[in-house]
Amino acid sequence: MTTSLHAFHAGPAQRIATGWLPPIATWPKAQLALLLAAFTVVPFIANDYWFSAILVPLLVFSLAGLGLNILTGYTGQLSVGSAAFMSIGAFGAYNFALRLPDLPLPVSIAAGALIAAGFGVLVGLPSLRIKGFYLIVSTLAAQFFVTWVFVKFGWFSNNNASGVITAPRLVVAGFDFGSPVGRYVFTLAVVTVLTVLALHMIRSHTGRSWMAVRDMDTAAAVIGFPIARVKLLAFAISSFYLGVAGALWAIAYVGTVEPHGFDLARSFQILFIVIIGGLGSVLGCFLGAAFIVLFPVFLSTLSGHLTGFIDPGNLGNVEKIVFGSLIIWFLIKEPEGLAKLAHNATRRLLAWPLRPPS
Amino acid sequence: MSPPPWLSLDGISISFGGVKAVTNVSFHVHRGEILSVIGPNGAGKSSLINVINGIYRAQTGRVTFDGRAIDRITPHEAAHLGIGRTFQNLALFKGMSVVENVLTGRNLKMRSSFLAHALRALSARQEEARQREKAHQMIEFLGLQRYRETPVRQLAYGLQKRVELARALAAEPRLLLLDEPMAGMNTAEKHEMSRVIVEANRKLGTTIVLIEHDMGVVMDISDRVVVLDYGKKIADGEPLEVRDSPAVVAAYLGLAPEGFASAGVVPGGQLQ
Amino acid sequence: MSFFVEVLIGGLLAGVMYSMVAIGFVLIYKASGVFNFAQGSMVLFAALTYVSLVERGFAWWQSFAVTLAAMIVLALVIGRVALRPLVNRPPIVLFMATLGLSFILEGAAQWLWGAQVHQLDLGIDDKPFEVAGIFISEFDIFAAAIACLLVAVLSLVFNKTRIGLKLRAVADDALAAQAVGVNIETVWAVVWTAAGTVALVAGMLWGARTGVQFSLSLIVLKALPVLIIGGFSSIPGAIVGGLIVGASEKLAEIYIGPLIGSGIENWFPYMLALVFLFYRPFGLFGERTVQRV
Repeated sequence: MTTSLHAFHAGPAQRIATGWLPPIATWPKAQLALLLAAFTVVPFIANDYWFSAILVPLLVFSLAGLGLNILTGYTGQLSVGSAAFMSIGAFGAYNFALRLPDLPLPVSIAAGALIAAGFGVLVGLPSLRIKGFYLIVSTLAAQFFVTWVFVKFGWFSNNNASGVITAPRLVVAGFDFGSPVGRYVFTLAVVTVLTVLALHMIRSHTGRSWMAVRDMDTAAAVIGFPIARVKLLAFAISSFYLGVAGALWAIAYVGTVEPHGFDLARSFQILFIVIIGGLGSVLGCFLGAAFIVLFPVFLSTLSGHLTGFIDPGNLGNVEKIVFGSLIIWFLIKEPEGLAKLAHNATRRLLAWPLRPPS
Repeated sequence: MSPPPWLSLDGISISFGGVKAVTNVSFHVHRGEILSVIGPNGAGKSSLINVINGIYRAQTGRVTFDGRAIDRITPHEAAHLGIGRTFQNLALFKGMSVVENVLTGRNLKMRSSFLAHALRALSARQEEARQREKAHQMIEFLGLQRYRETPVRQLAYGLQKRVELARALAAEPRLLLLDEPMAGMNTAEKHEMSRVIVEANRKLGTTIVLIEHDMGVVMDISDRVVVLDYGKKIADGEPLEVRDSPAVVAAYLGLAPEGFASAGVVPGGQLQ
Repeated sequence: MSFFVEVLIGGLLAGVMYSMVAIGFVLIYKASGVFNFAQGSMVLFAALTYVSLVERGFAWWQSFAVTLAAMIVLALVIGRVALRPLVNRPPIVLFMATLGLSFILEGAAQWLWGAQVHQLDLGIDDKPFEVAGIFISEFDIFAAAIACLLVAVLSLVFNKTRIGLKLRAVADDALAAQAVGVNIETVWAVVWTAAGTVALVAGMLWGARTGVQFSLSLIVLKALPVLIIGGFSSIPGAIVGGLIVGASEKLAEIYIGPLIGSGIENWFPYMLALVFLFYRPFGLFGERTVQRV
């Protein structure tokens, strides 16, 4: 062991071989296969309904959940204003595309998201003085303020009388992605890239700095982490991701840009995705989003079979009751959410018929 | 011919609300030595340590480190000055594994930006690989290789204490403040930890200020000892002088006799 | 000048309504350290139950009694099912649980009683009467009087009864209180019942003012600035905070509104709370907590 100390102290800065891609043996096979299928198989076998009503919103919600997870799950800063950042991304992309029509669409989206990121830093400033629960005032204020700005100031909606504007057309580099398949492929590409970047950040020292601030910021300061910069970076990146999600929501999913689609209820939806999916888990974002998107579908098909028991007008209420109950159930039984459940299930499956090692 | 004091506390007084935790304490630490701070519970030892590394601000007094006045620093600045510490109640990052915790200790050596991390730039990858190597070496030095990837919250208390020490040492501090690093350990574990602390001191040149209750350990590894009681300093010197000082013995009467018996003392100050 | 005073008084009296909702929060926060996000839904649930019973022909005191009983049952169920399993978890987890709770209550309330707006008549009109040249609404005075009564009753309970003593013990240090034999579940049941009662009263008053509708549950959000300004653990603080929020909101709307756009009251209280957080993080009346490392 003394040799370890020697090596630690004196060890020269030797070059250690590292590749851009980690060794293929460490790639998660199942997820890779899924990703491959998503790009190559699904576009050919799914139908328009699936693309428009299920896959695209699932991807967009996952991205939004990822954005919130970076802030709340990894850095521990609770936010109830996610939808505000989404709306900035959506309105930003719309205005850039409208007023600078020569800008490629992805650039407009990125520009809108950058503005969202800047605003995120502003909203994050109070977190330097205020801790824990009180912080939700900041994101709550942001949520109401941003909605008010977009409703009040018609310039953002190009002074459109109805207040609801059509989203920019999904045309990239001359290719029209406007069809359901096209929207799906475009969204899949964007979400995949951003997810990979997020994974890289989370597994690096950036991610560790976020988690250190989350777990015990006094200790993090003692080790020399610049707490303020770490928190603000989390706010910025989280808001950027939410901004892109908002732009995709408008452009690839609903086709319109309106402030009321990004209200407090939406923020809570994103928060649910992250809580149910699992705070601090990237897989959880996708599982939580899948749940949020699929459950209402499941419920309405079920009510079709159970006419008389659940009146269709009450579906929204039943959803609320189930979501609320699930949150409480997950908090009690499995605080790490669906991601942990999935993890446990896979372990049991792989070890079957034996029990998995503890 | 003793070297000049490297860390000085002069006339430090700390109070919380109306409670005086520390009253007018002064002592020095020389570079490269191991100084133990001992005293009954509630004597103000942790508060003193917290002042050195900027977590508390003393009401009166000066703290000087390597020629600089550090009474007004933040813990963050202290880290950059090369002051590291462990906590009495453990301050591990419960959401991370052992190696991740130790890697956070390498924070001051990490230079890559978040963008470099996101894009897995060559410089970032190289840096991560190098620092991981260092972290592995420190983990080995503390005998924790088996638990490298284990989430720290699953570890036994004694192992967690070791991880915290590994994390603190990984930062290569010039001055290391240890707040009861061996609390709750058995004799064998204490032996190991003592060895680690002494080696870190000798091989890495780390100056160590140690709060400790076990007299045997204190007598064994300290170059000098400072004794606090009710927030005041009652002794300061080499281990044997301090042990025999009547003020110290009086303060400890009422404490478990094993504490003193293991160091070979009988009340009255006679050597056994 | 008299216009200003009118707006001010109108705002203060509106603030009294906020205070009442905030008091419900303070009760629960004092006893369990958790911000009960479901308080707004409890207000909605209580109001809807009451008004639906009245609509079905019951007298007001019958409806009140039944709703009160329902709130007590609700309190007990919440304590058993949601709070007990989460008793040792960090406050943020409890907060998220109350978030889930609020959804359950909203969904249940609207499932049971429907989503349309109900009119609630308490027999007191919103008639203005004149005092020294200023118009004040009769109803607002009535609400203020009820609030004072509520505070008086709560203060009596807290300071003069056995259960009040236990409550203060639990608020101070739950573990220590349990160690000396205080049954924490009983205390919680009492507190949540009290909060439920306050919710019912607040619900009836708000409902009479604006009609019983879904947006009632959004009042909870306005309570947050009230609590931040007044302090989470102080009932007088809730009153003062409510008055400040009510008054400043109205004044801002009338005087700053024309300059930058109407609807300021939607976000003004939160900005105000944010400013407060910088200078007085524990609120005007809250307790300072000293952190020892």
